[in-house]
Amino acid sequence: MFTLKTLKFCFALISAVFLSLPASQAQTVRLGQAISESQLSNFDLVAGPDGSGFPAGSGTAKAGKAVFDSKCAACHAANGEGVSGNTKLVGGDIHSEGNPLRTVGSYWPYASTLFDFIRRAMPANAPKSLSGEEVYQVTAYLLFLNDIIDEEEILNKESLTEVQMPNKDGFVDLSHLH
Amino acid sequence: MTNTKNGGFMSDELDRVAGNGLINRRHLLKVGLGGLGTALATNTFGADAGGKLQIPQWSQQPGPGTSSYGSPSSFTGHLQRSAGTPNPIYPGGGASRSPLQHLQGTITPNSLHFERHHSGVPAVDPAQHKLVINGLVDQPLMFSYEDLLKYPMVSKIYFLECSGNSGTLYGNTPADGSAQSIHGLVSCAEWTGIPLSTLLDEAGVKTEAKWIAAVGADGASMGRSVPLAKALDDVMVALYQNGEPIRPEQGYPMRLFVPGWEGNISVKWLTQLKLTREASQFRDETSKYTDTMTDRRSLQFTFPMGTKSLITSPSGQMSLPHKGVYKVTGIAWSGAGSIRRVEVSADGGRSWADAMIESHQSDKALARFSIPWQWDGGDGILQSRATDSAGNIQPSRDAHLAERGLISFYHYHGIQSWGINTEGEIKNVYT
Ligand code: HEC
Repeated sequence: MFTLKTLKFCFALISAVFLSLPASQAQTVRLGQAISESQLSNFDLVAGPDGSGFPAGSGTAKAGKAVFDSKCAACHAANGEGVSGNTKLVGGDIHSEGNPLRTVGSYWPYASTLFDFIRRAMPANAPKSLSGEEVYQVTAYLLFLNDIIDEEEILNKESLTEVQMPNKDGFVDLSHLH
Repeated sequence: MTNTKNGGFMSDELDRVAGNGLINRRHLLKVGLGGLGTALATNTFGADAGGKLQIPQWSQQPGPGTSSYGSPSSFTGHLQRSAGTPNPIYPGGGASRSPLQHLQGTITPNSLHFERHHSGVPAVDPAQHKLVINGLVDQPLMFSYEDLLKYPMVSKIYFLECSGNSGTLYGNTPADGSAQSIHGLVSCAEWTGIPLSTLLDEAGVKTEAKWIAAVGADGASMGRSVPLAKALDDVMVALYQNGEPIRPEQGYPMRLFVPGWEGNISVKWLTQLKLTREASQFRDETSKYTDTMTDRRSLQFTFPMGTKSLITSPSGQMSLPHKGVYKVTGIAWSGAGSIRRVEVSADGGRSWADAMIESHQSDKALARFSIPWQWDGGDGILQSRATDSAGNIQPSRDAHLAERGLISFYHYHGIQSWGINTEGEIKNVYT
């Protein structure tokens, strides 16, 4: 029979087991498998404004025109003029009257974003189909179309982070509020 | 109480609490819903059938038996997302909106949860999907779906709202729209998943790390930077939505869930979390999802969704079939906490009455409110105004525009005005 005494004993045993567990051991599931950054070199496509994550290679706007005309112009039109509001990649003036047109040239604060976005998301009908070289080329071409770099300028890991975007001081970072 | 055709009440018996027919919220409890009118988009409720009530046909025969996967009644076929038409230059891109005017309670059925995709819904095979944590960690780690299912999880009810929701109301002329077409980019579900802090702890976050780049496995590899402090607070890797594995449109097999913040940061089809020193400055936190003020400076990382409410019935494009008492109901939410109070006005904001909160009032979840209202056949403007647990009060449209300007298009949370004319037609209006 279950007496009060056995019940008390069970309770003492149970609390001993639970209370003796240090907090760190209470969370015992650790199933992540170790992997090295070199094993992630094809997988990790994040390229930041500090120059991290960019592949080797380089390109010029001159070479980028051909890439753009064959792989981008169908949706962004010749010279990036766009076929709709969100496909226009050139022009605009953030200080214009009314609702300003926001493009790579008029709005984007970092050139790294252009490389990062194109490499991962464009062309929209075949994302990630460009080689690293082609991404540098077409990035250079879009910067050239927006009068930010010269046609012959060589864009690579180093030079890309040094590109000064026209609206680079146009943003107020509110992340400290959260 | 005398029954009249006038919705079941003699109007002089009603305990009026604000102008133009708002009635004490406790009236609903006293009389039940039997005498209430319902605003309808098309049909009117059979008014005076007379005659004898008969046993219906479906009670005289057995119905079909069990089914392996349930579906809604054939009579609720009008409960649909507004899916939009495919756009060949934006493959898989676009949004669908929840039919808010047809829903009740606070939980959005999974099939009706709003969607926003930038490169369509990827067909992710959970057996091959990986979640990687790398960057500024002691040990980069890779998790399989099956392994993640073994972790302790938490379940929380949270709303999710696209920061572009209601953005049409920045426009100069009020759009002729419904609750769905104007505000349908908000939904609410029970999300079950692993606190992100658990997985970060396993990888060991280096002290220099301040941000996490979250990346999805869709064609667009959607990327967003999440501040580490928020990630360690209440962010989860969500695996279930209302008890079932997350729907493909919501990120199957897993999504990041960032409570109270603009929907885009809750990255779907989550496949990578990279700890970094600085924000990664992704396209969708620079070119998009930033808020340009009238002085042309753009606010960046404006994450939390504002204190907001909305009357879902009666609402835009519905009509009131007859004079009488209606149940005014809607939803309220805040990215800063829980909903404490919702007030309703029927005279365009001149007078307000407290609505009843019908639901739970939990943190960063939708709440449901209601109040009875006697429509006497005249003009009116129905509005609702929410107050959250942090003391934030939903602003008027004018006050919201004064703060955000007119060239911004995200984070709209001003008071919604539904105008009613003498025909009983309801339209989105500005006051
Ligand atoms: C099938 C059509 C299509 C093709 C081809 C295409 N794009 Fe795009 N692109 C889009 C759409 C649609 C968007 C907007 C995406 C969104 O809002 O999610 C876009 C957005 C962009 C943007 C960001 C614009 C902004 O202001 O935020 C850049 C940059 C871009 N594309 C570059 C390219 C480049 C470079 C190529 C060629 C390698 C390319 N695109 C090919 C459809 C296309």
